[in-house]
Amino acid sequence: MTVIKADQLTKSYKGEQALDALTVQFEGDKIIGLLGKNGAGKTTLMRLLAGHFKQTSGNITINDQEPFNNYFLTRDICFIQENNNFFEKFKVNEVIQLASQFYPNWDEEEANQLLKTFQLNRKQKINALSKGMLSALGIIVGIASHAPITIFDEPYIGLDASYRSVFYDKLLESYQSNKRMIILSTHLIDEVSRLFEEVAILHEGKLHLHEISEQLKDNHWLLRGKKETIDQETNHLNVIHSSEFLGKKTVVVYDTINEQHETIEYDKLSLQQLFVYLTKEEVAQDGQ
Amino acid sequence: MNHKLQEDQPIFLQIADVIEKSIVDGNIKAHEQIPSTNVFSKQYQINPATAAKGINLLVDQQILYKKRGVGMFVTEKAFHVILEKRKNRFYDSLMVPLLIEAKRLNLSKDQLKQWIEEGLDDSY
Repeated sequence: MTVIKADQLTKSYKGEQALDALTVQFEGDKIIGLLGKNGAGKTTLMRLLAGHFKQTSGNITINDQEPFNNYFLTRDICFIQENNNFFEKFKVNEVIQLASQFYPNWDEEEANQLLKTFQLNRKQKINALSKGMLSALGIIVGIASHAPITIFDEPYIGLDASYRSVFYDKLLESYQSNKRMIILSTHLIDEVSRLFEEVAILHEGKLHLHEISEQLKDNHWLLRGKKETIDQETNHLNVIHSSEFLGKKTVVVYDTINEQHETIEYDKLSLQQLFVYLTKEEVAQDGQ
Repeated sequence: MNHKLQEDQPIFLQIADVIEKSIVDGNIKAHEQIPSTNVFSKQYQINPATAAKGINLLVDQQILYKKRGVGMFVTEKAFHVILEKRKNRFYDSLMVPLLIEAKRLNLSKDQLKQWIEEGLDDSY
């Protein structure tokens, strides 16, 4: 079973801290959603996992080994980035061949099927592919790699809604027949939230939240009602958003509620809405 | 079993609900097999662990039972268990909001009674 541990992990670029003493642990063959606003540190964390560079301080280990400069470990990690995944002068065929030699668990049959599904021709040149088709190639390599840790960082720039849906189908299919850890970073939260077994949210280089997806639904509430009643019912709760409109107060609490007040309306948010409330600047200031 | 999932409800509960509805509607009968976790996962593009959670919830409630190596089946008493469960839920999820709204609109007791009687007489 894969265990990823980051402990007080810090990475600075020219004095700017992309990761600030991040401590988090991922384990098991799960599909994990890695969320965060732009600049929250997601890509930096994924690049550290893939061994692209070394941290400034702190530790990062995968099954107790450091990923940086570790050939044997990096064969078990397939990291598909937003772009620049492949050498421009190559042909699709050469990319596929190289990947098949690098990744020990490579599934050639699945790669062939995916090439057909995404209508990619092995003879095409990388620099002649559209943005969407380049993303498709990244997805094909990521899925067919069958790497024990597969990381997708916004893998579908330029892919239309229909092909994105195909990606979710194929990813689930492949995951079911061959369970492995899949980390998926995305801004299209509503589209993919149902794929996640766990969700981690980074905010300003730190871990904001790490939770089982279904638990997130239990852990928050949207309350709507008379201002006085709402204030009275929520003063001891962790309120992450509040607004007033037409004499009614609406608050979002990140907390559990055991007893419901009869004049208050209780509702749930989608993961995307919850994410927005959790990471908005006003929220960060309120919490200080 | 087509049914759109809502964003604001736990998915596993919705999966359990889809199965319950098909049993109550008579689409799946006692001792018939329900689709596997993987089929649910594919149908709704959801994590298979979530689908499994919904199915296991119904196993706990003796609505489904497992045949090792074959799959999940509907129990003999599933229909009645679901009916009882829904009767219990009826008051909280339908009567309470109805009463709250009725109070808000200042509806009289007689008016409410009359509507309920009329509604029961009409064959809905």
